Amino acid sequence: MVSANDLQEMYENAVTARHYEERLQEEYMEGKQPKFDISAGQIPGELHLAAGHEASGAGVCAHLRDDDTVTAPHRPHHVAIAKGVDLEAMTAEIFGRETGLSGGKGGHMHLFDPDVNFACSGIIAEGCPTAVGAAMAADKRNTDSVAVAFLGEGAINQGGFLESLNLAAVRDLPVVFVVEDNDWAISMHKDRVTDVETAAGRAGGFDLPGERVDFNDAVAVYEAARDAVERARAGNGPTLLDVQVHRLMGHFMGDPESYRPEADVERARRLDPIPKLADRLRSEGVDDDTLEEIAARAKERVEDAIEHAKEQPKPDPATVQEDVFTNPPSGATDEEPDAGGPTAAAGGED
Amino acid sequence: MADAETGAGVEAGERDLTMSRAMVEAIETEMRSDEDVFVMGEDVADYGGIFDSTEGLLEEFGRERVMDVPISETSFVGAGVGAAQQGMRPIVELMFADFFGVCMDQIYNQMAKNTYMSGGGVSVPMVLMTAVGGTYSDAAQHSQTLYGTFAHLPGMKVVVPSTAYDAKGLMHNAVRDDDPVVYMFHKRLMGLGWMPAPEGPKTAVPEDEYTISFGSADVKREGSDATVVTLGLHVHRALDAAESLAEDGVDAEVIDLRTLVPLDEETILDSVAKTGRLVVVDEDYRSFGVTGEIIARAAESSLGDLEAVERVAVPDVPIPYARELERAVLPGAEDVEAAVRSAIDE
Repeated sequence: MVSANDLQEMYENAVTARHYEERLQEEYMEGKQPKFDISAGQIPGELHLAAGHEASGAGVCAHLRDDDTVTAPHRPHHVAIAKGVDLEAMTAEIFGRETGLSGGKGGHMHLFDPDVNFACSGIIAEGCPTAVGAAMAADKRNTDSVAVAFLGEGAINQGGFLESLNLAAVRDLPVVFVVEDNDWAISMHKDRVTDVETAAGRAGGFDLPGERVDFNDAVAVYEAARDAVERARAGNGPTLLDVQVHRLMGHFMGDPESYRPEADVERARRLDPIPKLADRLRSEGVDDDTLEEIAARAKERVEDAIEHAKEQPKPDPATVQEDVFTNPPSGATDEEPDAGGPTAAAGGED
Repeated sequence: MADAETGAGVEAGERDLTMSRAMVEAIETEMRSDEDVFVMGEDVADYGGIFDSTEGLLEEFGRERVMDVPISETSFVGAGVGAAQQGMRPIVELMFADFFGVCMDQIYNQMAKNTYMSGGGVSVPMVLMTAVGGTYSDAAQHSQTLYGTFAHLPGMKVVVPSTAYDAKGLMHNAVRDDDPVVYMFHKRLMGLGWMPAPEGPKTAVPEDEYTISFGSADVKREGSDATVVTLGLHVHRALDAAESLAEDGVDAEVIDLRTLVPLDEETILDSVAKTGRLVVVDEDYRSFGVTGEIIARAAESSLGDLEAVERVAVPDVPIPYARELERAVLPGAEDVEAAVRSAIDE
């Protein structure tokens, strides 16, 4: 069962994420035309867009609280949006601005929002171990927080993932691994690099439950994730979810996708999760006016975030050496402690 | 084979090639003449390498010899080591040098050490080809230029081309070498359609095969006032700086190391003996790296020749994302120019 409220929230997250990616695509290309130059234009660096992945982020994050940890891979925007990452600060970060989540130091593959326990890594599967660590902290402190690691199907052959499955399973940690299977690891189709039928098959070898969610369907993801998150929250250990999604855009902006058959692209379009979710809402009695209102609100939020980002100042190069350490070593400039020793140097107690 | 240590005298069949095309030309020639040479890596087949380092190889050699492999660097880098120990000559691509973290055990505990640990009984004739460098805001996990990391650990030869001509000759030598060779190419030099290269790396390249010996630095510009020692992208930054300095009558010599292991100390010391001023430039982190090492070698052997030393490198921070911040840490031609002026003023 999924409540009308949760359905509408998932829909709003999904359409926000879709509009966000479509708008970022346009903004990214600004200044990179007519000849694509990755180092030109107003958005720096690579850009990996997640259009077609929305069912996963929206369906899973519907069950999460701010104190639950999420780690996302290089294609993170839809998950960040569903997790409640500050959209304005995230967009400012993607535009490389001073008021971005990381002051322009991180970038789109490295979004960190500690307020909602969201983090990314651009290295394949390397968000899995840190999710296990967040779950370990929850376990040790006896809280009921959980951790969710998102990864792509291309990551399921990577040690960082496989080792994390085992560590989470042997310690019964509250982790949910969500494999977003979009069939493609850049140009490598899963059939050519992985010999198991589905990523869910990885679970059995590590003695944890694994479930495949086919059809790129947000409600099916929602239901599977509900069970997995409940299991984790109740202290019953990790789950592996394997969610079929589709990549509606290239691996990164500028990817010619010449390796990808046209039929595959058409199939991805046909299996778009958003119209499917809209149909489900209609079948629950939500009228088109309401759906349009949700979409309009989502668009406005995205436009506001982009407009905000573009108005933000660029970072001051003088700050570039800040933040390497939380407690910067002062090295040779350190003052000698006085005779009173460390207590006196720290301000003293007397 | 042409005598091509310098390229002088090689004229027949020369064309201007991008650096990526020159690398591929060497690889395909080696693959035609030796069945034991094969290529594996992520996106090396249909995609032709994200940075065009294997472009077109699939069409000629097929999937058995140009293998896309799972995203499992420990496994496929290690498989390269194992196949090499069987006498094959794998060329393994690690898509970004930054990904070394995933598979460093195979690189430095296996690939680099097996020859020594076996008392010379085992050879590992593989090439680990990998992309380095920033300048396009790919941020902290995709922009590093880890020259020092690889050169620091014994047992690997480390090659860094700066031009198409050098890239081809060094690649021929890398494939034929009986030891593991880490071949680090800078993305900005490859001549990619989507990441324009500066003037310089696209050079005339002979159609015939030729090798460039490891440990032979190349004086890319002669000069008498200061010695600029560098490699990779920064050869071109240093040449730009030298042009600008020349307008003010300052004559800088630019040495392209071409290989870090082995290191051509003689060319550096000869130049320093002439100029007395040493400026070392790279795109790696400043501390405990190439710049410090070159200066130490010069100090050990030629302290009396040194009137001034300067180094230009990335301050010890991860590579930031925003353009303004990235530009602030990556050395530019103006930084090289300032360092040379400072060395001369000392």
